Amino acid sequence: MTDTQTPKIRIRGLKKAFGPKVVLDGVDLDVMGGTSFVVIGGSGTGKSVLLRCILGLITPDAGSIEIDGVDVTTLSPRQREPYMARIGMLFQNGALFDSLSVWENVTFGLVAAARAGHGPRITRAQARERAGALLEQVGMDPAVGALSPSELSGGMQKRVGLARAIAARPEILFFDEPTTGLDPIMGAVIDGLIADCVRKLGSTAIAITHDMASAQRIGDRVGMLYEGRLIWQGLPSRLFDSGNPVVDQFTHGRREGPIKIDVRN
Amino acid sequence: MNGVLDFIAGLGRAVLDIVRMAGRVALFAAVALSHVVRPPFYWRTLWGTLVEIGYFSLPVVALTALFSGGVIALQSYTGFAQYHAQNAIAGIVILAVTRELGPVLAGLMVAGRVGAAMSAEIGTMRVTDQIDALTTLSTNPIKYLVTPRLVAGTLALPFLVLVADILGVLGGFTVCVMKLDFSASAYITATIASLKVMDVTVGLVKAAIFGFLIALMGCYHGYHSRGGAEGVGAATTAAVVAASILLLTFDYLLTDVFFSQ
Repeated sequence: MTDTQTPKIRIRGLKKAFGPKVVLDGVDLDVMGGTSFVVIGGSGTGKSVLLRCILGLITPDAGSIEIDGVDVTTLSPRQREPYMARIGMLFQNGALFDSLSVWENVTFGLVAAARAGHGPRITRAQARERAGALLEQVGMDPAVGALSPSELSGGMQKRVGLARAIAARPEILFFDEPTTGLDPIMGAVIDGLIADCVRKLGSTAIAITHDMASAQRIGDRVGMLYEGRLIWQGLPSRLFDSGNPVVDQFTHGRREGPIKIDVRN
Repeated sequence: MNGVLDFIAGLGRAVLDIVRMAGRVALFAAVALSHVVRPPFYWRTLWGTLVEIGYFSLPVVALTALFSGGVIALQSYTGFAQYHAQNAIAGIVILAVTRELGPVLAGLMVAGRVGAAMSAEIGTMRVTDQIDALTTLSTNPIKYLVTPRLVAGTLALPFLVLVADILGVLGGFTVCVMKLDFSASAYITATIASLKVMDVTVGLVKAAIFGFLIALMGCYHGYHSRGGAEGVGAATTAAVVAASILLLTFDYLLTDVFFSQ
């Protein structure tokens, strides 16, 4: 892999403000195909907004987001559909559909793609069988498929969310705070599953987290978002020794340093 | 002088807010309705919502209609008996039930039961990222969540109103025959004589429009809810209040259109 390759995801000058609050202030980012990039940063620094802009859930104020060289910010929702079919997303709280069983959740994207004509036809029996295989892939008993999401623990919901995200074998995977709310062991299990899935699928991944251990386990590269910009990018092994005072304060969890926490807002 | 200007400015802002809101709701409804004729269709969601509105609302609508018919009969009797006009009670009951009480009471009951549930369900999906998840899974959330509910609301409420019409009349009949010693055959004869197809039809048309409005308010407020449990609660309240007000407003407008001549 060389720097002359076209990045799978290329972001330039991305800006987003909510009223007077500027969240993203010119983000530039390249993620090469088949690699994992982890965005770290404090709460409220715009990590989720960045992810949602890439996914098209939020419209940026300025800048471009290219996937395979195509600026997806200029596409209509209908034109975006083929790109969305190539993307999988694991939400922070799993975002499983309460009204559906676990197996229906896992294969929801496959059935939806088939219905919309973006994927092969799939019967309910086939979908259920496929869900069982996907649940096994994330270390769960296929029998769990018959349960409702509300019957699962937080860690199990994350695994089901991961199974749903990888069901369509996506080229691009997004992970929003994959270990938040989990104990350290379960966090490590989820990170291991994410790393395995990304490697096996050969997908390009972007994860956002403020869990340093998770960032080191998942990422091929890491970047820190601060005051609306990616102020540092480097290897995960340099996270605790970046040479950037902002990154160092954040990764070491120091109270003193250039980052000022406004506890009132 | 400043106080007057402030008042006018406040009034202007309120009017602009209402117009802006009406525009947003109209656009939301138009987008949802545009999906009625465009595949894919979500038949399972439509059927589930039809059962939820049409079948599970039956007990509450039936009880409301039964007692309301009885109350109309009783109240009419206390007034009409003074003028020896008891014979008109059967006609009054069927007129009131088919034209007004059936559609309005069934509509208000469904707004409280189903409109609130729709708003809470979609609102919870919004604040727990489930709606965003739909988008990432190649599914248009308005097509999947809103369109089937609008169609189901429009189809189910006329059925409920038909049941309410029958039970409302039965309520009046029961009170008149069992409590006020009317002749059952005379009451039935008077009821049939007063029954007009136009009254029932207009009641059903009203019901279809009310069903659409209830579902629209439930979906709109749920879809745009923000801020966790408190936001979902506020959206649910707004959905029920807005649906009830719209229902009564449209009831007046439709009555004016169909019966003022």
